[in-house]
Amino acid sequence: SFIPPALRRAEGQKRSRQSDFGVRIPRPLGNGPSRFIPEKEILQVSKVDPRTQSIFEDAFAALGRLDNISLVMGFHPQYLESFLRTQHYLLQMDGPLSLHYRHYIGIMAAARHQCSYLVNLHVNDFLQVGGDSKWLNGLDGAPQKLQALGELNKILAHRPWLLTKAHIEHLLKAEEHSWSLAELIHAVVLLTHYHSLASFTFGCGITPEIHSDGGHTFRPPSLSQYCVCDIANGNGHGHLEERRGNHQVSEVSGEVEVLMERMKQLQECRDEEEASQEEMATRFEREKTESMLVATAEDEECVPSRDVSRHFEDPSYGYKDFSRRGEHVPTFRVQDYSWEDHGYSLVNRLYPDVGQLLDEKFQMAYNLTYNTMAMHKDVDTTMLRRAIWNYIHCMFGIRYDDYDYGEINQLLDRSFKVYIKTMVCSPEKTTKRMYESFWRQFQHSEKVHVNLLLMEARMQAELLYALRAITRYMT
Amino acid sequence: MEKMSRVTTALGSSAISGRTMFCHLDAPANAISVCRDATQVVVAGRNIFKIYGLEEEQFVEKLNLRVGRKPSLNFSCADVMWHQMEENLLATAATNGAVVTWNLGKPSRNKQDQLFTEHKRTVNKVCFHPTEVYMLLSGSQDGYMKCFDLRKKESVSTFSGQSESVRDVQFSMKDYFTFAASFENGNVQLWDIRRPDRYERMFTAHTGPVFCCDWHPDDRGWLATGGRDKMVKVWDMTTNRAKEIYCVQTIASVARVKWRPERKWHLATCSMMVDHNIYVWDIRRPFIPFATFEEHKDVTTGIVWRHQHDPYFLLSGSKDSTLYQHMFKDASRPVDRANPEGLCFGLFGDLAFAAKESLISGDANRKPYPGGDRRYPIFFFKKPDLTEQFAHVSSALSVFESSLESKRMDWFVKTARLYLLSGKSFAELCDHNAKVAKELNRPQVSTTWTMLRIMFSDPANLSTPGPNHIGKLGTLPLMNSFSMKEMGMGTESRLDRSKGESRQDNIHLELGNSLINNICPTAENEETEGSEGQAEYMFGDAELDDDDLYSMEHDNQAAEEQEYTLPQEAFPLRHEIMDNPLAPEHLQQDKADSPQASGNEAEVMCLTPIESFSLISISQPLFSPHLPAPFFCPVVREMLSHYAEQGDVQMAVSVLIVLGDRIRKEIDDLTQEHWYMSYIDLLQRFELWNVSNEVIKLSTCSAITCLNQTSTTLHVNCSNCKRPMSNRGWICDRCHQCASVCAVCHHVVKGLFVWCQGCSHGGHLEHVKNWLKSSSHCPAGCGHLCEYT
Repeated sequence: SFIPPALRRAEGQKRSRQSDFGVRIPRPLGNGPSRFIPEKEILQVSKVDPRTQSIFEDAFAALGRLDNISLVMGFHPQYLESFLRTQHYLLQMDGPLSLHYRHYIGIMAAARHQCSYLVNLHVNDFLQVGGDSKWLNGLDGAPQKLQALGELNKILAHRPWLLTKAHIEHLLKAEEHSWSLAELIHAVVLLTHYHSLASFTFGCGITPEIHSDGGHTFRPPSLSQYCVCDIANGNGHGHLEERRGNHQVSEVSGEVEVLMERMKQLQECRDEEEASQEEMATRFEREKTESMLVATAEDEECVPSRDVSRHFEDPSYGYKDFSRRGEHVPTFRVQDYSWEDHGYSLVNRLYPDVGQLLDEKFQMAYNLTYNTMAMHKDVDTTMLRRAIWNYIHCMFGIRYDDYDYGEINQLLDRSFKVYIKTMVCSPEKTTKRMYESFWRQFQHSEKVHVNLLLMEARMQAELLYALRAITRYMT
Repeated sequence: MEKMSRVTTALGSSAISGRTMFCHLDAPANAISVCRDATQVVVAGRNIFKIYGLEEEQFVEKLNLRVGRKPSLNFSCADVMWHQMEENLLATAATNGAVVTWNLGKPSRNKQDQLFTEHKRTVNKVCFHPTEVYMLLSGSQDGYMKCFDLRKKESVSTFSGQSESVRDVQFSMKDYFTFAASFENGNVQLWDIRRPDRYERMFTAHTGPVFCCDWHPDDRGWLATGGRDKMVKVWDMTTNRAKEIYCVQTIASVARVKWRPERKWHLATCSMMVDHNIYVWDIRRPFIPFATFEEHKDVTTGIVWRHQHDPYFLLSGSKDSTLYQHMFKDASRPVDRANPEGLCFGLFGDLAFAAKESLISGDANRKPYPGGDRRYPIFFFKKPDLTEQFAHVSSALSVFESSLESKRMDWFVKTARLYLLSGKSFAELCDHNAKVAKELNRPQVSTTWTMLRIMFSDPANLSTPGPNHIGKLGTLPLMNSFSMKEMGMGTESRLDRSKGESRQDNIHLELGNSLINNICPTAENEETEGSEGQAEYMFGDAELDDDDLYSMEHDNQAAEEQEYTLPQEAFPLRHEIMDNPLAPEHLQQDKADSPQASGNEAEVMCLTPIESFSLISISQPLFSPHLPAPFFCPVVREMLSHYAEQGDVQMAVSVLIVLGDRIRKEIDDLTQEHWYMSYIDLLQRFELWNVSNEVIKLSTCSAITCLNQTSTTLHVNCSNCKRPMSNRGWICDRCHQCASVCAVCHHVVKGLFVWCQGCSHGGHLEHVKNWLKSSSHCPAGCGHLCEYT
C-alpha cells in the first residue's frame, strides 16, 4: 500500500529493530492494492499525474491513511476528488447522525455483501470514534433503532423495488426508537454508498489493508498465502484462473474494433430504421428479464464467514432468490421520479449540501471520458457509457422512455453482462477470471472506469427507490 | 368534434364565469393548457391525454385523445400546449423524445397529426409561436432546441445550447423573433429564431437546473425564471446585461412560473417536490405570498391562467390526479394570518416598534412618547378592489428613545469586567463582587452578594478568609445562629434602602465604608435586649477600630432622609456578625424609627418578617442555629428570577456561576440556558469578548459550552510559499511541502503546535518547551529571543 517515503523509512527502522527482539513482523499479503491489477500500474499513476498525487496527499492528510480503494480510483483523479469529498462529508462533517452510528451503518451495509474489506476498515473507525464494541458482536448487540434499519438495509441491497412507504413509516413511527426524516436520509445515503462501494471493492479485487485482518501475515513469505478475505469472497482459486485467462487472450484481438464498428453503425442507422413503440417496450422487458437470467458465475453456495455475517441477519436473502423464481420486477419510470428533479430536492432539503455533493459525483461518473477506447483515441464513448448506465438501471427495473434498449444488446457482450450482473447484484462472487474475461484488450484504467460507472449507477438506482418511498410517505 | 366547436362558439368571447371546482382524472397529470377562448383545457400525463370543457359548475370530459388498446410512448406526455391562434391545434412533448401535433379537426378517432422523432432524449417542452400559426419550438434533454414548420416533415432549424439539457423554451410575447431557453446547468439563453448558429445572449440565472421561464405578457423586457435552488427571479432583458430586478425565495424547487394576466407585479408558482401549494406572489413583496391555493394533495405539475386577460381564474393539474379551477376570491391570503409587526433597536438604544395601526390606536392607555413618537402610515393601494390589495397594512411606527440614565450602561460593562466568577474560594468571590457592586453604586446587588456568602459559606471556610470582624470574633456559632427572621428583615431593608438611594449620588460609598460604624451603636443599644455576649464583645472591637468613620457617617446622616436617622432596632445585631467588611447598607436602617417602616416593604425574595417578632428573634433564635445551605435555595432561586425579570441578567448569571452546584439543581436547565444566552448576547454587544468567553467556559449547560466550539478554526499560511493553507494545517496544497515542521526535530507536527509570535518558528510543544529551558534563542536559528511561558 501507499506509504509516504518518510513513513516507510521509519517503519523499516521500526521493523528491523523489532526483529531483534523477536517481535512478530507483519508482512503484506498479496501484491498491491488490487488482486486484479498489477501493483506497478497503480503506483505509476500517482507518479505521472501531479493531480492524483496531490489528491493522495490530501486524503492521507485527512485520514492518516490512504486506503486501497482510493489508490485504485487514482486512475481517475477528477472522480476520486468528488468521491472523497462526498465520503468525507458523509462520515466526518455535520450531519444528523452521530459518528459511531455512521460507521456502524457502513459496517451493516458492507456486511450485507460480505465485504470484509470495508467491514474491517469501519470496525476500526467505529471503535476509534468511541463506538461500543458490544455492537460489533452482531446486530443484536446494537440499539433497537439500528436493528430496525436491518430490514431496509436488506431490501435496499438486494431488491430495492420492494421498498414501500410502509417500510419508511415503520422506521419513522417506532416510538422512542424512531428515526427522524433527516437521520433516515443520512442513513439511506450511507447504506447505498456502502452497498455500491462494496460492489466496487469486489469488482476491482481490492486487497485488504496491511493493518487489517487478512492484509498481512506473520509467516515467512515463502509459505502458502492465506487470506481470510478470500474465503469470505469464495474465490480463492486465483492462480488457476490467471493461467486460463492468459491462454484466451490471443483469440480475442479485434474485439475493440468490433465494438467500435457497432457503435458507429448504431449512430448512423439510428435515424433510418425506427423501431415501433411496442418493439421498444418489448426490448426493455427483454433486457430486464434477461438480466435476471444472466448466471452469476459459479452458482455454488458460498457461506459467508462468520466474522462478517454477524453484522446482518438473514444471510440467505439475496438477489438470486427471486431471479430463479422468475419474479417480476415492476417498471420504474425515471421520467416520473428522477434524481435531478426529485431526488436531489428531497435529499438537499433534509440533509443540506449532500444533494449537491451526490449530484456532482453522479454527473462526474456519468460524464467522465477521455475519448479513448483501448488503444484508439478520439472516440465518442457517450453511447457506450449510456448503455452501461442504463443496463444497470434496467436490472433494477428503471426505464428511460427515451432509450432504445436494443442498443444494449449490440454493445454489451455476454461476458461483460455477466460481470456487470455479478458485480451489481452479488458482488461477493466476482472473480478475477470474470474481471479478465470481459473487454480483454482494454486498459486497467478503463476497467476501473467501468467499475465507477457501475458503482454510481447502482447507488443512484437504490437511492431512487428509497427516496421515492420516502416521498410517498411524505405526501 | 362538431359538438365541441359548437360549445366553443356558444361561449365565445363573453365574460367567463365559474366557481372553484375540481374533477378527478384517471391518472396523474404532467401538464395542462387552455385553448384561446378559455372554454376548454387539455390535460396530459404519462397515462392521460384528455380535453375537458370548462362549464359553469363543473368540468366535462370532451375528448379522450389517448386511443388504441396499447397506446405507445408517444402518448406519454411531458408537456402539452394548445395553439393560441388555431383552436384545433395541439402539440405534445413525449418522454421518449417525440414531438407530436394533434389536429382536433380530423374526423378519425386518432387525432394525431405530425410526428417528429428528431430528438434523441425526452422532450421537456413544446411551445407554439404566439402569432405564427405553423411555428413550433421544442426543447429536449439532449441539449437541442428544434424549430418546426408544421407544413414540413422535418425541423427547419436546430439550436444547440451546448450546455446540457433544455428544460423550458418560451417565445417572447412581444418580440417576434426572440425566444428564451432555460437549461439544467443554470443557464438561460436568448435566441433569435433566424440565427440557429449562436445564441444572442447567455447568463447564469440559478445554481442548478432552471426548470421554467416565462415572459411578462405586457412588459417586453421581463423574464421570470424558477429553479431547483428554490428561487424565482425576474430579469430585465432590455439592458445590455440581463439584470436581476426581483427575487422571490420560495420553500421548494420551482417547477412552473406563470405571470398573472392584467397584473403587472403578480406571478404564480408551483413546486416540483414536497410542497403542494400554488402561490401567487407580488414580486415587490417577496417574503410572503400574495395568495395561496392549497387544494392539491400531491405536487402540482401544471398551472395556467384560464384566460389571457382574466386574472381571476387559475387552472391546475396535479400528481394527485385532480384538475382544479381556482377562483381568486377563494384563495387563502397568508398575509391575513401574518403579524405585521417589527421591532428594532437603534445604535444608541432607541427602540422602534411598528405594528398595525388598529392594534395600537385601540390601546387606550397608549401615551405618545414625548418627542419620540412618530407615525408612518404605509398603504399599499392599487385599486379600490379589496381582494386585489396586498392586505392594506397601515402601520404605526413608534420610536422610543431611551432616557439618558438608562442609556448609560457603564455599570454593566464595569461590572462585567470587574466581577470574579471563579478562581478563588466562594467566600472571596462573593466579597469581591459585593465590593465591585458597591463601588459602582449598586448597593442592592452588593448586599445580595454578601447575603449569598453568608447563606452558603460553610462555617469553616468563613472564618479563615475574613480579614474583618469575623477574624476578630472567631466565633462561628454566631454566624450560624443567623436566623430566618433576621434574614427577612435584612433583605427588606436592603430593598428599601436601594430605592431611597438610587437618587443619591455618592452617599452610598461613604455609607458603605461607614457601615461598621453604624453597627456599633446598634449593638450597644440593643444589649439590653439580650444579645449574646460574644456579639457584644465584637462590637466593642469594631467600634474602636472605626471610630473616626463612625463620626463621619453621622454627619452624612444628618443630611439624609429621615430613615437614616431613625433609632435602631435590636435585630440588626446578627447582621454584623455576618463578618462583612463591606457590610450591607441595610444596617443603616437600624436607625429607622419603626421596624414596621422597613418591614412593610418586603417584597421579592425574602420571607415576610413579622415585626413584633423581630426583637425577640434576636435574643432567641427560633430556628436551629445551623441552617443548611439548601435551606436558602428557594429564596435564592426567587431572587435570581427576580433579577432576571428586572433585566439584570448579569446578576442572575454571575450568581449562578459563583454558586455553582449549590443552586444549579434548583433552576431548570432551560431557564439557565436562557439566562446564559441573554447574558452572553449582551456581553458580545458590548464587545466584552473575554468576559463572554469566561462565562461560556464556566457555564454548565451543554448548549452553552458548545458555543465555544464553533468558529474555532485557525487559518494559517504555508511557511514555505506564504500562501493560505486551505485544507490541512500541516501540508500545503500548492507547494506540497510539509508546512508545519518542528524546528527542533524537523518532523511534521500533527498534534499540538506551539509557535513564537515574534519569529513564527515553533514545533512540538514538548520539544520547544525543552529547548527553551536550555536556550533562550529560537531553535530555528533565526536569532530571535523566544520565550515560553
